Amino acid sequence: MDTSEKTEVVLLACGSFNPITNMHLRLFELGKDYMNATGKYRVIKGIISPVGDAYKKKGLIPAHHRIIMAELATKNSHWLEVDTWESLQKEWVETVKVLRHHQEKLATDSCDHPQRSLLMDRPGRKRKWDEQKQDSSPKKPQEPKSTGVPRVKLLCGADLLESFNVPNLWKTEDITQIVANYGLICITRAGSDAQKFIYESDVLWRHQSNIHLVDEWITNDISSTKIRRALRRGQSIRYLVPDLVQEYIEKHDLYNSESEDRNVGVILAPLQRNISEAKHSNPTA
Amino acid sequence: MKNRIPVVLLACGSFNPITNMHLRLFEVARDHLHQTGMYQVIEGIISPVNDSYGKKDLVASHHRVAMAQLALQTSDWIRVDPWESEQAQWMETVKVLRHHHNQLLKSSAQMEDPDPSKTPSASAALPELKLLCGADVLKTFQTPNLWKDEHIQEIVEKFGLVCVSRRGHDPKGYILDSPILRQFQHNIHLAREPIQNEISATYIRKALGQGQSVKYLLPDTVIAYIRDHGLYSSDGSWTGKGKIS
Repeated sequence: MDTSEKTEVVLLACGSFNPITNMHLRLFELGKDYMNATGKYRVIKGIISPVGDAYKKKGLIPAHHRIIMAELATKNSHWLEVDTWESLQKEWVETVKVLRHHQEKLATDSCDHPQRSLLMDRPGRKRKWDEQKQDSSPKKPQEPKSTGVPRVKLLCGADLLESFNVPNLWKTEDITQIVANYGLICITRAGSDAQKFIYESDVLWRHQSNIHLVDEWITNDISSTKIRRALRRGQSIRYLVPDLVQEYIEKHDLYNSESEDRNVGVILAPLQRNISEAKHSNPTA
Repeated sequence: MKNRIPVVLLACGSFNPITNMHLRLFEVARDHLHQTGMYQVIEGIISPVNDSYGKKDLVASHHRVAMAQLALQTSDWIRVDPWESEQAQWMETVKVLRHHHNQLLKSSAQMEDPDPSKTPSASAALPELKLLCGADVLKTFQTPNLWKDEHIQEIVEKFGLVCVSRRGHDPKGYILDSPILRQFQHNIHLAREPIQNEISATYIRKALGQGQSVKYLLPDTVIAYIRDHGLYSSDGSWTGKGKIS
């Protein structure tokens, strides 16, 4: 039995989750299976971090709804949780700062609870008897050693990777820090251009060992945009999102033409910030 | 006011196991028919195939029926019917359609209100039973010896087809390539699913065999059932490999 030290990993997904869909949830499952199968990592937790309202994306509904839907979606998961820190900040927070926040939090937790059980539970959630029974697998009488503080990695789809090229959306130093200090787990459609994308970027190329590309064999195109469109047209979204999410959306009539018009004409927060910072540092531009 | 024709959708297949994609077929088909303004879908029926169909890796029908039942617990219009799976042997799809059509006629006759003063309901028309399938099934009509021509004709002429598009398939092309389908194309409804969701049961079985997660591809209750009964594992018994949570 392999008891060599594995790096504990926490998968962090940032995004609008507007609304959360089965595709988002699948990203986590695929990421976890992949990292665990390498034999070098053990994924102990998945964190969904919905973006704050100050992101100003078109059609973005208030964070508290998006948080509740994510919580409903992960109700039956033993390892996924929703984190509200990012959405509670007054201003939009760069992804690298969210990663940093969660990494620091893990470091602090590690210091406070060195004997902490490997599988972290959501705070305040009692572990049910059958979960504890599952954890104590008869084949592993000892808890395998872990190498220090768990590492946070950014979980994403190929669209996020490719968005690195959108002018002024990301700061170059942020991208560098993300791949150098944290790492990326990118779920891509089999045959996508993700590898080419990495090849064409010096920064990504340099840190390619920290970028894990995971093939998604089931074409899973359940984008939130399409969900919102279907809802506006009175079409069913059942079996594309968890039932509880579908019921919540219906009960609160969250998505319609009015909601889709939110932030129309407003510039996206990262673009606003990066462009104005560039101007500030280069007044002649 | 024009009355809509009531429709019942029947899906035949292995459902080995049932997945979210199967369930989506019903939702997409219903939306599509309602969009035409001509139909009112009143029921959906899932009819898992008989064990003697002989398809590779087909688990016992009582399991497949049970899983479909679990999946449909939260649906208020789709149900499972085990009739086909309980017959002594495999039967052609057209016979399954005939059976369910007879059942529909019987229950319609029973429901007729004997009170003549009552205004006839909007669905006084006899419900139509239509075969629901993915575009891949439409393509199989071309496979030599898989279907009898007279059955294909009966299916599209007497009943009707609702075919949900699938990536890599060209349903319009299949229809044009077949004289029978061309003749009755007015009775073939092509529904487009804009949200690609290629969850094949084959993939599910493979993933389960390798201890990979299938969560969010099929209902949790079905996953729990598969685990509890040791279905689809690589050595035929549940090894506990990989945590399905």
